[in-house]
Amino acid sequence: MTENTEAAGGPERRVRVVLVDDHRMFRTGVQAEIGRTEETGVEVVGEAADVDQAVTVITATRPEVVLLDVHLPGGGGVEVLRRCAPMMGAVENPVRFLALSVSDAAEDVIGVIRGGARGYVTKTITGTDLVDSVFRVQDGDAVFSPRLAGFVLDAFASTDAPPVDEDLDRLTQREREVLRLIARGYAYKEIAKQLFISVKTVESHVSAVLRKLQLSNRHELTRWATARRLV
Amino acid sequence: MPAATTRAPSSHAPDPEEPAPRKLYRSADGRMLGGVARGLAGHLGLPVVWVRFVFLGLFFAEGLGALLYAVFWIVVPLGVGGVGGVDRSLFETAPDGRRRLRKPDAGQVFALLALLVGAVIFVGNVDMGSSADRYVWPALLIGAGSVLVWRQADNARRAQWIEVGRRRRVLHLARGLAGVALVGLGLAAFMVVRGSAAQLGTALTAAIAVLTGIALLAGPYLVRMTQDLSEERLMRIRAQERAEVAAHVHDSVLHTLTLIQRNADDGGEVRRLARAQERELRNWLYNPEGTGKEEAEEPSSLAEAVKRAAAEVEDKHGVPLEVVVVGDCPLDEKLTAQMQAAREAMVNAAKYGGEGGAVQVFAEVEGRTVFVSVRDRGPGFDLDAVPGDRMGVRESIIGRMQRNGGTARLRPVPGGGTEVELEMERASQ
Repeated sequence: MTENTEAAGGPERRVRVVLVDDHRMFRTGVQAEIGRTEETGVEVVGEAADVDQAVTVITATRPEVVLLDVHLPGGGGVEVLRRCAPMMGAVENPVRFLALSVSDAAEDVIGVIRGGARGYVTKTITGTDLVDSVFRVQDGDAVFSPRLAGFVLDAFASTDAPPVDEDLDRLTQREREVLRLIARGYAYKEIAKQLFISVKTVESHVSAVLRKLQLSNRHELTRWATARRLV
Repeated sequence: MPAATTRAPSSHAPDPEEPAPRKLYRSADGRMLGGVARGLAGHLGLPVVWVRFVFLGLFFAEGLGALLYAVFWIVVPLGVGGVGGVDRSLFETAPDGRRRLRKPDAGQVFALLALLVGAVIFVGNVDMGSSADRYVWPALLIGAGSVLVWRQADNARRAQWIEVGRRRRVLHLARGLAGVALVGLGLAAFMVVRGSAAQLGTALTAAIAVLTGIALLAGPYLVRMTQDLSEERLMRIRAQERAEVAAHVHDSVLHTLTLIQRNADDGGEVRRLARAQERELRNWLYNPEGTGKEEAEEPSSLAEAVKRAAAEVEDKHGVPLEVVVVGDCPLDEKLTAQMQAAREAMVNAAKYGGEGGAVQVFAEVEGRTVFVSVRDRGPGFDLDAVPGDRMGVRESIIGRMQRNGGTARLRPVPGGGTEVELEMERASQ
């Protein structure tokens, strides 16, 4: 709607974002960092501090991307994802979620990803990287932080048991390589150069991993997450 | 009322400055039956075995031991102490004392049975004349019932230390009811023996009416009291938890915040303090057994070692290091060497490439191969341009890895910066 993509790319792109975080100070910080619409192209159209508020604001504003905190009063980010599922799956103007958290707990992270978030970044991320990630999520791609890549590698690594669904329960060699480079701190562009593939291919690999992460019923994945129940 | 005596000085007096009057308690820990022998032994400063033998001997003297034991059991309150236990006041609720008191209640029923048998023997041996004999059985029943009910007082006291589970609460209720039933039965038997059975019906009706009245009057009050008690217990637990968290926050976070305020002008120091605090807090929040773990001990696993090394470098150089570890394995000699090389690489990255942003450390255990990479986003550097006399990279990283049968590679990263890759085969699976 407000999107005026004239195929010119760059700062001409616009994205409407809702911030969901129970810390007002953090919301203010993010707003200041990415919210200068003329420079970054990010327009913060709403904020919410808990689950109920989040669902109301998201329904009312229909943003393209929601920056979602994992820990929220009223059920956490997972609950927001559950209640917004119809909007996520909408064919027109789908709402996409990017998890943003300080949490180190693998269970939290894997939980929001399986709940439907398109990625997970830690709150230590720089403003530029965050803007970049928001646009990537807007395009329907996945955003993996090094930490998330590490979690995913760990989760899929212990493959002693035969996979139930060969397609979903195993990472391909290439996907593994991409994840490993993400975990090592490479940006997508750097990964593309390193593996002699295009950035688009990197993105499709990451999206494939995301899909597996969300759909795989491999019991190890859940078992692994519970074994890592850290809180 | 506890039997208070001031004699028999203790062999292990708790605090010399205040010789509190010693009171006789039944021992709650390590007891066989009611803890009477243990408590007495602790009180008199004698070995438990002696006291138990005396009781046993008296038991054969026409069951006198059993009766004495029973009297002690009923009269003397349950407490902490006795032989072997730390002599502690009853009202001191030390946190470790709580655990020591957590003893299964099994065997108490047997103890009661034994007491009953002892009493029967005693009564059987002592001939009180035929008229009195008829009252013995009802009296015994009443006695047993009273003991059952009175024992509840003990448990209520213990419940102050121990959180009573639901199952146990039901047990208490059942026990109380059994006691009441026994007493009732005894009283009824009395009446029957006295020949006033004819009036039993009227008497019973009157008794029930009185009881109902009492229940109606006192019932709500009792219920409220129990509720208050459990609520208070809950509050106490909450308060304890809050105190623990507060203590931790005070020791760590508040302390760091003070330091940060004091060093507000020094950006690097503030960052360093904040990072160190963040790490510590994360460890406390997300590591179940990592609470309060001191940093002194040597790490035993690879993941721990990597994190430790990164933390130290971060503290020393004020550059954030982000660590991602996949898999884990115990450290062996070769891996220790690899860790030293990795640490050196981290130091280099922090020193020369720290301006470009966080240093990314990645470690992965895959089968027998252990791979560690350290990348910075600094200006990058050329190994060939480093003069041969600079020992850092050549010796501590490449040389060390090669000597231990591993490989080390340094290379520029496409997007800028340098990456050090260290690979090592583990000695054993």
